[in-house]
Amino acid sequence: MRAKKFIPLVAFAVLAGLLFRGLSIDPTELPAARLGQPFPNFAGPELRSGRQISVAALTERPALVNVWATWCYSCRVEHPYLLALAEQGVPIYGLNYKDQPVKAREWLAQLGDPYQLNVVDVEGSVGLDLGVYGAPETYVLDAAGHIAHRHVGVLDEAVFQRDFSRWFPTVASPAAAAGSEDGL
Amino acid sequence: MIPELGHVALIIAFVLAIGLAVVPMWGAMRRDVAAMNMAPSLAVGVTVFVAVAFALLAVSFLQDDFSVAVVAANSNSLLPPIFKFSALWGNHEGSLLLWVLILSGWMTAVATFSRGLPLVMVARVLSVMGVVAVGFLAFSLLTSNPFERLLPNTPLDGNDLNPLLQDPGLIIHPPLLYMGYVGLSVPFAFAIAALMGGRLDASWARWSRPWTNVAWGFLTLGIMLGSWWAYYELGWGGWWFWDPVENASFMPWLMGTALVHSLAVTEKRGVFRSWTVLLAIFAFSLSLLGTFLVRSGVLTSVHAFAADPERGLFILIFLALVVGGSLLLYALRAPSVASRVSYGGVSRESLLMINNLVFTVSTIVVLLGTLFPLIMDAFSLGKYSVGPPYFNAVFVPLMALVMPFMAVGPLSRWREDTTRRWLHELLVPGLGVLVVAIVLAPLGSEDFNVWIALAVLLAGWVAVGVLKGLWRLIATRTEGGLKWRRLTPSFLGMALAHLGFAAVVLGAVVVSQENQERDLRMAVGDVETLGAYRFELMSLRQQAGPNYLADQAVFEVRRDQELIGVLMPEKRRYFASGRIMTEAAIDASLWRDLYIALGEPIGEQAWAVRLQCKPMVRWLWLGALMIGLGALVTALDRRYRSQRSTVPAAAPGVAAVAG
Repeated sequence: MRAKKFIPLVAFAVLAGLLFRGLSIDPTELPAARLGQPFPNFAGPELRSGRQISVAALTERPALVNVWATWCYSCRVEHPYLLALAEQGVPIYGLNYKDQPVKAREWLAQLGDPYQLNVVDVEGSVGLDLGVYGAPETYVLDAAGHIAHRHVGVLDEAVFQRDFSRWFPTVASPAAAAGSEDGL
Repeated sequence: MIPELGHVALIIAFVLAIGLAVVPMWGAMRRDVAAMNMAPSLAVGVTVFVAVAFALLAVSFLQDDFSVAVVAANSNSLLPPIFKFSALWGNHEGSLLLWVLILSGWMTAVATFSRGLPLVMVARVLSVMGVVAVGFLAFSLLTSNPFERLLPNTPLDGNDLNPLLQDPGLIIHPPLLYMGYVGLSVPFAFAIAALMGGRLDASWARWSRPWTNVAWGFLTLGIMLGSWWAYYELGWGGWWFWDPVENASFMPWLMGTALVHSLAVTEKRGVFRSWTVLLAIFAFSLSLLGTFLVRSGVLTSVHAFAADPERGLFILIFLALVVGGSLLLYALRAPSVASRVSYGGVSRESLLMINNLVFTVSTIVVLLGTLFPLIMDAFSLGKYSVGPPYFNAVFVPLMALVMPFMAVGPLSRWREDTTRRWLHELLVPGLGVLVVAIVLAPLGSEDFNVWIALAVLLAGWVAVGVLKGLWRLIATRTEGGLKWRRLTPSFLGMALAHLGFAAVVLGAVVVSQENQERDLRMAVGDVETLGAYRFELMSLRQQAGPNYLADQAVFEVRRDQELIGVLMPEKRRYFASGRIMTEAAIDASLWRDLYIALGEPIGEQAWAVRLQCKPMVRWLWLGALMIGLGALVTALDRRYRSQRSTVPAAAPGVAAVAG
């Protein structure tokens, strides 16, 4: 009889265990579908010049591939840091993801252009091949042209120093890049 | 200076809350009158200092003090002052402060209105609420300090409030919702206090009933406003999405619905005592769980402000202590001997038992659906999301199941009743409703819609039960004339709430079944029709708002050549964030809403436009309003004013079940 009274407590303990497990799962942590694979091939216009490009255009390596769009609020937050990185000589390729090219060009004219070039991916098909989950995302393209790392969400100083710096040892430490915080 | 003063006030409130959690509890254990007597003053003290902290944060928002991190992240100098104020709770840190403010408000209310209660009860209740306050103040101070500064790198202007939240509905939605959410801590505290004292009798239920009804009423109103806001602000014309955060507020509501009814049985008849205590614990636990789900980022949702595992862990530990502790106390102290009071299978008790079961099962069903993605993820079975089809498939039949019993409830007698008497009361009006349902269903559409017929039947059936009960109460055979004075606030509130429930069901079914919509490309001069309505796009223009620029389309809507209204949907671009917002234009009336939303511009002169005609959608919110107001009305009942602990003999059939 008394044991029955413990049922709610036991049920709650199971639920709490589940919730605890849930906390350790990062819902944004998705494995990159193509980690260690070559960058997927594509063919399409470059954003500003309009010339047809393919994966062969991504010549400078190692480089960053940044997935962005004008509808993406966090991309605006991220943008000043990308500019700072570009200034320090990090080659950045843009993947303008599910966006309107007109708006995207306006954005770059207004906020500055950190990109070597931009792949226009209106349909999101390059993103699909790459395994993109949303914007912003940033990938590392290593010297061999393979996808070496993937970061979901805003790329900032802390993330870069932690996860990206081994491919880009020349980028200065936080003190030198402090100016990038002003945008916030 | 101001933010620092606010921080100090919050710390003082925290210290006082620790005092409240410890001293009166200790006093109740040792029968120390002086210690117990401190409870009300400590509760008021916590309230005062939380209110000071809240006010000072509000000042920081209104003065555009962007050196304060939350102000910089959520406000902007161009924001209209009223939104600067409401931006305070449009973010994690501030909404937590609002949570604590409302909790302390409830504590003060309990301290004020419970003078007639035994001192040991008041001391324990306030002390339990003090424990909750300690947890949330610690959460605020340790992980989510609202007064954190951005020094020396103070931004020149703020990031702006999310445009979705720049809306009058969002000024009052969170406070109302929290009034309900947090208000459930009062019946919880009463339940815990009763378990501690070992006195799980009718008087406990009587004391906690008005509080429960009021909290549940606020919760209803809060949920209603949220649904209404989603309807006109999100631009899709939907009114319920089964989003995890909506579910987080809906689960306590479902549990609260069971609790409100179960308390009635415990108060009137002294049965369901364990049930009622458990429901009180569950209802508040689900409020805490909701807070956990929203604040931890465990479930991704549009509402979740902060996906922060550290904060999640803090709430989880707190949840484990409070809920685990309460359930342990329940396991040890709940009466294990069956109540000596008996009741027959055909009685009001049985009907309310069915109500308890249905609403508890509904809560579990919603809980499972909400947590299913998490369960699958936890066992690495993949990423899933559970959508409206699941919830509708299980939830709608459950509600349909409870409605036939709802009509009988108000007419039934406590302890022992007969089905013959029920038939006698309800057969004729029931058949009347059946005829009406069959006649009404084809109106407004070409075909006979069986779902609408069922909805009219069930809603009408509930209404008939309520009205018949009302009639029995005020009509007397011997003296003639109507005895309006017999109409107690308890009964009136119950009647209002039950009729409101019927209205919600009717509105929900009709709008789901008969909604008409067209997605079109429209340029200036284009005319399109939807049902009997004719929409003409007259012009496109630009409008400047205080902190946004809008593309506005002007539509004239006619029916049979008669001008019904001019509707002006907008697409706004907010300066500070650059975010684009759809502002739908709605022509509202009791029987139908006309709803126009702009999609994307197509070329220079045309827009993608969505036209919708939503019959009876207003009934949803009017019904929910009736439920909420009904619950508030019941608390006015005179018998709650004299807080005595005697159990009156229940008058069969006449005594009202509130809620």
